[in-house]
This record gives sequence, C-alpha cells and structure tokens, in this order.
Amino acid sequence: MQDANNNFYEEILIAGFGGQGILLAGKLLAQAAMKTGHEVTCMPSYGAEVRGGTANCMLVMSNQPIASPMVVSCNSLIAMNKASLDKFAPCIKSAGLLIMNSSLIDEMPKLDKSIEILAVPADEIAVELGNQKVANMVVLGAYLQRRGVISPDAAAACMEDVIAKHHHRTVPINTQAIHKGAEFART
Amino acid sequence: MCGNEALSEAAIIAGLDAYFGYPITPQNEITAYMSRRMPEQGKVFVQSESELAAINMVFGASATGKRSMTTSSSPGISLMQEGISYLAGAELPAVVVNVMRGGPGLGNISPSQGDYFQATRGGGHGDYKTIVIAPSSVQELADSMSRAFDLADIYRMTVLILADGILGQMMEPVVLDKKPKPPLPAKDWALTGAKQRPQNIVRSLWLKDGALEKLNYKLQEKYRQVQKNETRCEQYMVDDADIVIVAYGIVARIAISAVNKARQEGIKAGLIRPITLWPFPTEQIDKASEELRIFLVVEMSCGQMVDDVKLAIAGKSPVVFHGRPGGGVPSVDEILEKIRQLTVRNSV
Repeated sequence: MQDANNNFYEEILIAGFGGQGILLAGKLLAQAAMKTGHEVTCMPSYGAEVRGGTANCMLVMSNQPIASPMVVSCNSLIAMNKASLDKFAPCIKSAGLLIMNSSLIDEMPKLDKSIEILAVPADEIAVELGNQKVANMVVLGAYLQRRGVISPDAAAACMEDVIAKHHHRTVPINTQAIHKGAEFART
Repeated sequence: MCGNEALSEAAIIAGLDAYFGYPITPQNEITAYMSRRMPEQGKVFVQSESELAAINMVFGASATGKRSMTTSSSPGISLMQEGISYLAGAELPAVVVNVMRGGPGLGNISPSQGDYFQATRGGGHGDYKTIVIAPSSVQELADSMSRAFDLADIYRMTVLILADGILGQMMEPVVLDKKPKPPLPAKDWALTGAKQRPQNIVRSLWLKDGALEKLNYKLQEKYRQVQKNETRCEQYMVDDADIVIVAYGIVARIAISAVNKARQEGIKAGLIRPITLWPFPTEQIDKASEELRIFLVVEMSCGQMVDDVKLAIAGKSPVVFHGRPGGGVPSVDEILEKIRQLTVRNSV
C-alpha cells in the first residue's frame, strides 16, 4: 500500500447485499478521504433490486491523482456476507487485509498466509448498540482502525455530510458504531 | 459528488432555465436532483410522460430562447432521436446528456460505450450533426456543462454529453466553477413576442423549391466551423511512444493506468483521448500516425470509434481493436496484456 517514496495507493472493496448500507459506508469513507486531503474515487455497483441484491463499492485512495477508478484486485476487502466473501476473497492482494462480518460468515476462509484477517461480529455489536442497521459502520470503524490511513474520528466527523437530512437522528448511533468497531479492532 | 449530481449542479450554475426528463437508470440521480434543485431556484422542472415528450419540451423551451436540457440513458436517447433531428432542422440550441448503459434493446444498467455511432453520426434522420463531448472524470463532466450550453447557443445546435454508467455513478471530489462567463450574443431569432419587430419563425419544414437544400448547405458550413474551432483531444506521453492507445471517457482513465504500468516495464506507450467525439480529432491522430507506431483502440463496445481512428490514419499505421461489449468493462491488466503482446510482436 505504501512504497519507499511514501506514495500510497489503497484499493478497497466493500461488498454485501442490498440493504446492508454498503454504499453509505463507501460514501462516508470517500467523504472522509476527501476531507483529509487525499485523492479518492468511489464507484458503487449494485443490482437492480432495492433489497437483497448484490451491492458493492470500489474505492481508491491515494496521495497521487487516480487514473482508473475500477478495482479488480484490492489491498483491503470488507465482506459483509458469505456470498461477497466467496466472490471477492480471491481479489485480495498479498499482505492485504480482510475485514469480515462474522455474524453472517461462519467459517474462516482459506487465504494466503500474508493476508491479515479480522473477524468482526458486526451484526451482534450493532444489535447491542440498538440497531442492526449500523453493522456497516462497525466494520468500517474496524477497517479504519486497522488500516490507519484515515482515523475513525475523521470519518465520524463526516457523518452528517453523507446521511440524508431526514435521517439525521441516526447520526449519533452511526458514530457510536464507528467507534465500537474501532475499539473491537484495537483489542 | 457522483457524476450525475455534479453535472446537474454545473448545469444550474451554467444558467439552465428548464429541465425535462423521464427517469432511467443509471442517470436517475439527475432527475432526482433536478426535481429538488430547479424549483428551489424558481426554474422549470418537468418529469415528462416519456422521453419523446421530454425532447419536444426541450424544443419548445429552446424556441423561446431559454436554456433547456434533457438527460437519459441509451434506450431513452434512442426514443429522442426524432426530436434531436427536428432541433437540428430548426437550428435550436439544446443540451442532451446520455449516460450510456449496455444494449442493444433494454440491455442492462451496467456501463457501455455502445452509442458512439448514434451520437457521432447525428443519430436521427437527415444530414445533421450534434457536438459530442466525452468527459473522463466527474470534474470534467461538471466542467463540460457550461461549455456545452455556450456551444449550443453559439452554433444553435444540440450538444450531446456522452457519459457512461461509471461516470454517472462514481464519486470524486469536484470543484464547481462559479465564475460568471462573458455574455453571448442575444438570441434575436427566439420566439419572445413579436411586438415592435418582424415575427420570428422556428421550423424544420422547408417546402419551397430549393429552400431545404439551402438550409442544408448552411448547416454544413456551420458544421465545418465547428470542426475547425471546437475539436478537442488530450495527448498523454505520445511523443516517443511506440504504441498509442486511443480511448475516450472512462476507458481512457483505465487506459492511462495501463500506460503507466507499461512505461514501468520499459514499454513506450502513450494515449490519445478524444474529448470531442464529433468533431473527431482526425488531424491530431493523423499527425501522430506520421511516425510508424501501433494504434490500439479500446472501447466498451464491439468497435465503433475504431472506424474513425482508421479513417484518420488511412492505412499509415496498423490499428488494432480491443473491446468489451454490452456492460463489460476492460481492466487495466487486460489492456496492459494487449500492449505487451502487440509490442513483443512488433520488435521480433
């Protein structure tokens, strides 16, 4: 992700099914990257269904201008369900990072040993917070903590920018979820 | 901002008076954005009953001298072709955005560049052209809007912004240019009420003997002026290149990554990116082909722009095509592999 000249180029895939907040997590990460002075592209891709279809989000963050916004192989994968993990795990580069939602994925994938795997019971943590829907923010918090490109605080500060005004009452619980995820990744 | 929202806000800044549209993925964000922002600005927003209605509403608003636009995606743009032809015949300015999706038919919602022929050959019936601008980033998409409205007004013709599902959907940081532009000449042809002046007539029906031919010669002269003055393209590392990729829109972005990787391997690759697809940068490509080098045309189609590249090069250099049709997106590695194959074969 980082080379000898301190240039970095981080390719991230966030994947799950429609309704898990994949696109919101991607938007928040993109907004935070922009606000912290990084170059960033964010490309959502989803099925025609509103819920239950596939949803994923490709992000590139760098300190250099980004040419292709398409992510074919990634440094980091955030997999929110089994189908996404199966589909995208082969795309993780060596020495990459996998954050997986162990609430919905019951077995550890067999991956190259250089890949770090962090299993986060995101749905359980979200339910404890009071809303299962914030599982997306839990895994994002864990990712931010582990990767260290953008701090969980910087991302949390962008929450109001990406959540629609009529949902702003959910800003506190989403922010809590980011911090819970980060805390989980620290311990 | 996503590309669709960025172009919408940029259009409003450019002085859009009236937006007409019918929803279709992957450009729904435009209609949604306009439905909120245009009334806020005291401007016109109409969700029409069909794409046919939308383009004819654009015709009507434009005839009164107002800046008007519509947006759609491939199947919807097909429906609009009759109206675009009428706009050309009546010499009315209009801005149309096509966020292309996979075809033919209803196809699917994934990105495509399959509408190149339709966009650059006029599209509807009759001997006419539209100016076609193909941005390759969200920033450029936004910047293109004010240029599109200016060109439409100056030449009194349709300007088509040809984007694709990726550009429409992807999010990138954007700086919106809010500087006021110098005013353009008044639209003395517009239908604004004929008090104290002779009446203006806007029409595309020319029955009098010789009148239609005369109009067509006038249009062709206008198109020659556009070709002379408004052709744009970007060149990237072309000077010493042994292999030159020609690609537009989002594919050019992917191709730049492939060019950079090829350069790291010591392969002298470069890129020509047509920014206007009509007028096509024929001269620039012709000039680049004076030295013998391989041209690799990459498109999200089965090969459409490649014809224009071949016409420009006229056999002076070999032209190879690589494409992914109907919703497929070429990857950086795929293009890089093609570059490797072509340069190895060439050096043997």
